[in-house]
Amino acid sequence: MSGDPIYTEMIIEYSRNPSNYGKIEDAHIKRHDSNPLCGDSIDLYLNIDDKKISDVKFDGKGCAICMACSSVLTEMIKGKSLEDVKKFEKDELLSELGLEHLIKTSPVRIKCALLSLKALKFGIYSYFADKMNDIESAGNLKEEAANLY
Amino acid sequence: MIKIQANTYSLEEIRSHFPVLNRRVRDDKRLVYLDNAATTQKPNQVIDAITDYYQNHNSNIHRAVHALAEESTEAFEATRDKIAKFLNIQNREEIIFVRGTTEAINLVAYSWGRDNVQKGDIVVTTEYEHHSNIVPWQVLTQETGAELKYINIDDNGELMLEQLDEYLATGKVKLVAISHVSNVLGTITDIHNVIKKCKNVGVKVLVDGAQAVPHMKVDIDNLDCDFYAFSAHKMLGPTGVGILWARKDILENMKPFQGGGDMIREVHKYETTWNDLPYKFEAGTPNVADVICFAAAIDYLAKIGMDNVRNHEIELTKYALEKMSKVKGLTIYGPKDPQKASGVISFNFNDVHPHDVATIIDKNGVAIRSGHHCAQVLMEKLNVAATNRASFYIYTTKEEVDTLIDSLEQVAKVFKL
Ligand SMILES: Cc1ncc(COP(=O)(O)O)c(C=O)c1O
Repeated sequence: MSGDPIYTEMIIEYSRNPSNYGKIEDAHIKRHDSNPLCGDSIDLYLNIDDKKISDVKFDGKGCAICMACSSVLTEMIKGKSLEDVKKFEKDELLSELGLEHLIKTSPVRIKCALLSLKALKFGIYSYFADKMNDIESAGNLKEEAANLY
Repeated sequence: MIKIQANTYSLEEIRSHFPVLNRRVRDDKRLVYLDNAATTQKPNQVIDAITDYYQNHNSNIHRAVHALAEESTEAFEATRDKIAKFLNIQNREEIIFVRGTTEAINLVAYSWGRDNVQKGDIVVTTEYEHHSNIVPWQVLTQETGAELKYINIDDNGELMLEQLDEYLATGKVKLVAISHVSNVLGTITDIHNVIKKCKNVGVKVLVDGAQAVPHMKVDIDNLDCDFYAFSAHKMLGPTGVGILWARKDILENMKPFQGGGDMIREVHKYETTWNDLPYKFEAGTPNVADVICFAAAIDYLAKIGMDNVRNHEIELTKYALEKMSKVKGLTIYGPKDPQKASGVISFNFNDVHPHDVATIIDKNGVAIRSGHHCAQVLMEKLNVAATNRASFYIYTTKEEVDTLIDSLEQVAKVFKL
């Protein structure tokens, strides 16, 4: 195969052995999302302590890209402050896996790559807006999530 | 190469009529188009007909008296006659042009359903329906307080028709809405049996023929159902044309689906009388050009002969199933007997997500479909999120099937299986 690679060693490895895979019972934040076209369907679980992501897990079914990106996302945000996580950009995630090219080359597969990030942004939004009644901190995460792809 | 019988086209000739089959895709790979259940490619005969129409005849129909309008009207109505002949329909006014199978089914759900289905009634469908033969009935039954029931499938991907008997025995069933051929599993429904059971107790039957008419001989007069729907684009024709056939006596008693031009006889300020059939159900300017060009697709299929189309697919499916059954880690869903299915093979490869399979083999130029195929109810039943689907047509070759299977090796390599 030529062109920009999708199925790198790292992606295959993560898809076979995803990190932070599983459920958190009674998680502070639980967010479900799916891509109707390809059947990626995940749940993201987050616990917040001391304004930090104290724990994060995900489970569900998805393609290799979705599994790899969800794994890497959870690795990257674990232990981070909510303030930092709110600012998390899609490029940071994509470049970690060498998938920046998907934005241009595959409008279909980019959805697989960013599904968990969308769930994260929506999840944190509803944590602030609904749970903490803190619309200000929720900021424009909802718009960001909705416009991710 | 597969031989197609005398006085028709050879497989090579057929392939030469489809310009897109010469396409190179991705890294200069020959296109291997195996997504024919989604839509088929178009032969030059159809493409030329579209150009000819717009270059020489374009006009609105049924209204003006000028030369172009008369030519267009005549050609438009000629397609209706051609369909009648192709499917053995006795009354041409029972053929209604719509946008596709989806619109045909929605028309019935709206115009017939709202006057004939009430609280306490039952509408029966099946687990292997396309969303277009589920969602309109969900909406109708939820609105009216009727109940929606499903005929389940067994491990071979065939319908458990004993369940239909049970439903019919309640005396509450108003309609059975069922596909002639499943778009995911390729299963051919025992449709004569279904219709007979329903007729015996006076229950109406709607047949979704989107995957049947393109692939086998269909005789509507002989079927004796009440509604039959299909799409032109799945049988070499243009997109945007679908056909609803329904019995005259039923259509006459149905209210119109949409109001507007063409469907009226007289319009006054506060009342309107409806036009005759089929125009009562064809409001507004129809898809004139594409209906006219659809005739070229029917001519093309008629020239090949639907028995030859079917035999070609049986031979390909047999070949594919034999080869695929030897591939390690391949799970095939649906009937394993090519006589019981049309040229559709749904499969999964080890635990690789279908989207990954499709992306990797696309690099080899192989176009298959991956996903839920607008049949999420069926996916739930099969307990998978998605499947891969390869679907064949008159121009598909055994070499293309080989390319598909060879490409799976690429998937195995990437995923280190
Ligand atoms: C069995 C079946 N029914 C209905 C449809 C819907 O057809 P259309 O999209 O042309 O309306 C399809 C097409 O995918 C189909 O395969």
